[in-house]
Amino acid sequence: MKVTGAEAIIKTLEKEGVDVIFGYPGAAISPFYDALLDSGIRHILTRNEQGAAHAANGYARVTGKAGVCVATSGPGATNLITGIANAYMDSIPIVAITGQVRSDMIGTDAFQEADITGATAPFSKHNYLVKKAEELPRIIKEAFYIATTGRPGPVVIDIPVDVQNHSFEYDYPEIIDIKGYKPTYRGHPGQIKKAAAALEQAKRPVICAGGGVIAADAAVEMLELAERRNIPVVTTLMGIGAIPSDHRLHCGMVGTHGSRTANNILNNADLVMVLGARVGDRAIGAANALAKKAVIIHIDIDPAEIGKNIDVAIPVVGDVKMVLEDLLEYVASGGSSEWADEAAAMKLKAAAAGGTGSEEARDGKEDKGFINPKYLLSVLADYLPENAVIATEVGQNQIWAANNYRVRCPKTFITSGGLGTMGYGLPAAIGARIGRPDVPVTVISGDGSFQMSVQELGTMKQYGIDVKIILFNNCRLGMVRELQLTRHGGRYSQVCLDSNPDFVALAAAYGFSGERISSDSQIRAALERLASSEGPYLLECMVDPMEPTL
Amino acid sequence: MAKYTLSVLVENHAGVLSRVAGLFSRRGFNIDSLAVGVTENPDISRMTIVVDGDEYTVEQVSKQLNKLIDVIKIKRLDKHESISRELALIKVAATAATRSEIVQLVEIFRAKIVDVSKNTLTIEASGDGEKVAALEELLRQFGIKEIVRTGTIAIERGNRIIKVDE
Repeated sequence: MKVTGAEAIIKTLEKEGVDVIFGYPGAAISPFYDALLDSGIRHILTRNEQGAAHAANGYARVTGKAGVCVATSGPGATNLITGIANAYMDSIPIVAITGQVRSDMIGTDAFQEADITGATAPFSKHNYLVKKAEELPRIIKEAFYIATTGRPGPVVIDIPVDVQNHSFEYDYPEIIDIKGYKPTYRGHPGQIKKAAAALEQAKRPVICAGGGVIAADAAVEMLELAERRNIPVVTTLMGIGAIPSDHRLHCGMVGTHGSRTANNILNNADLVMVLGARVGDRAIGAANALAKKAVIIHIDIDPAEIGKNIDVAIPVVGDVKMVLEDLLEYVASGGSSEWADEAAAMKLKAAAAGGTGSEEARDGKEDKGFINPKYLLSVLADYLPENAVIATEVGQNQIWAANNYRVRCPKTFITSGGLGTMGYGLPAAIGARIGRPDVPVTVISGDGSFQMSVQELGTMKQYGIDVKIILFNNCRLGMVRELQLTRHGGRYSQVCLDSNPDFVALAAAYGFSGERISSDSQIRAALERLASSEGPYLLECMVDPMEPTL
Repeated sequence: MAKYTLSVLVENHAGVLSRVAGLFSRRGFNIDSLAVGVTENPDISRMTIVVDGDEYTVEQVSKQLNKLIDVIKIKRLDKHESISRELALIKVAATAATRSEIVQLVEIFRAKIVDVSKNTLTIEASGDGEKVAALEELLRQFGIKEIVRTGTIAIERGNRIIKVDE
């Protein structure tokens, strides 16, 4: 059957099971948008292409499927870039399709021309500039395969407008073979046996769970291992959700912005099993000092991560789930609970000494007209079902949420971990809600980051996308303010947002309900209203400008 | 710092060289030389990359290169088990007085004179990097006007071959 390139794109996307696309039209992608009219694929028009990339990311995180975003050439494509880099750093499968100027115009600095394959090479898993329409079915199939398998990541397909218009005989390849891409899934049996033996020997083992545990759907296997051997579990920012926060072995998040308890437990370990984590500088700072004290087992699907940031005694390359399945064959139950009890005691002690998760921890800021954001986040889970999705922005709001919100299931805490992208949360929440319309989705935001993607309120309005917004307003870029206090002697430079708009009125302008609160005593009732509201709700919470991150 | 030679089989299409070169610059790896050409299979090119660094660096280079979808296979070549060659074209100033001395040097190095003019001689020299460097050093006294080098290419000795697994 003869089709145009544009029709071939749609047809192939349908074969890949795509049901929704986030995008923004333009001249160089117009044949695609024309063909889209005759397709059953839903399209969500975001208000900026970056929002489309983040929404595709949020969609991918909650569904496990590749998220798809589309933009035109030039500025459309360059606006996607932050979203592509963000997906790359967090290993999230997205397929980004961009229009390109006519093939014969490439390289002439034509109107709205930008070399997007060149620009995204450093932070995409792979990219394609399509030269012939006949290649489209194979390239699109490959793109989905590459994005979703091995270590997931973003793939970019740049399609000149004449390629979209060219007619050809459609042929969908049932099988593809990419010579240079053969991910390893099964771990090496010898290495797995070594890991099992080391675990038996260890007196103070710790599991450090990263985003790979969630990406591989390995939370169940990890928990089985942890429970069998009584192994305390710490997580990275990306690993939040791998173990329920209220589990006896859960010990919190490690790193510069993690909990002291988690870091202490990690540093007292004699064995650390790093699971699907890349040992980033923000998670495990003095990695090689740790490796001197403890046996490091590193299990990761990406061989390049092993040995990159930490010296590893027992490396295992493979899919975390499959490796753990095999490992469990060799691990008997009955590890001593002494060390786990010690870890639990450390956790309790820290909570008693000023944790923020209890009613008693409220610090009487009512008088000053501020709420305690950590307290709010610690009780938020009371109002949400356990499969509710939380997205965060980047800044203090992210760390408050990471350390205080009780996450109960994998894939329910979505945040920009590696790139630290402000403006990620709201569009990611929109994508998450599209992917999981059956569960409530809430975005935790700050007044700085909220205003980086505030235009996406228009997307929510247009499609009736029910996202709840909790906005911590301290009229500051709080994380930078704190950095300027600690590193620059309190010389504050460009961190004040004292002329913020009336956010509740702004939400109302889009037709959304909302309210502003400024004391802890208002929190529970407000969360009740937020959770039970029909449609979007914006809860603006006034926060002390000097509120610390930790 | 030691030098390591990597043979890399890649897909023979546009953009692959820039991906490889870009990877080196953004990961902070130092390339000594990079030479690329098509193999016996026209779909596949072979790059010879000489990397400056330590064991950790070359391990990282290999792993990061392997992550590129267009990279099919990488092999680190052992210096003693492989032959490496570099080609240089050297244009050197020559007068009636110096010409015969230069020709003698060229013969000793088993190089070739490929172009002659009134004031210059152009020499084609091949060998491992050290040999070419030694010739260059000796020619310097006459006045080197221009030098072009290909970068190292290398192949394993004996029966060993690097090819795409079927």
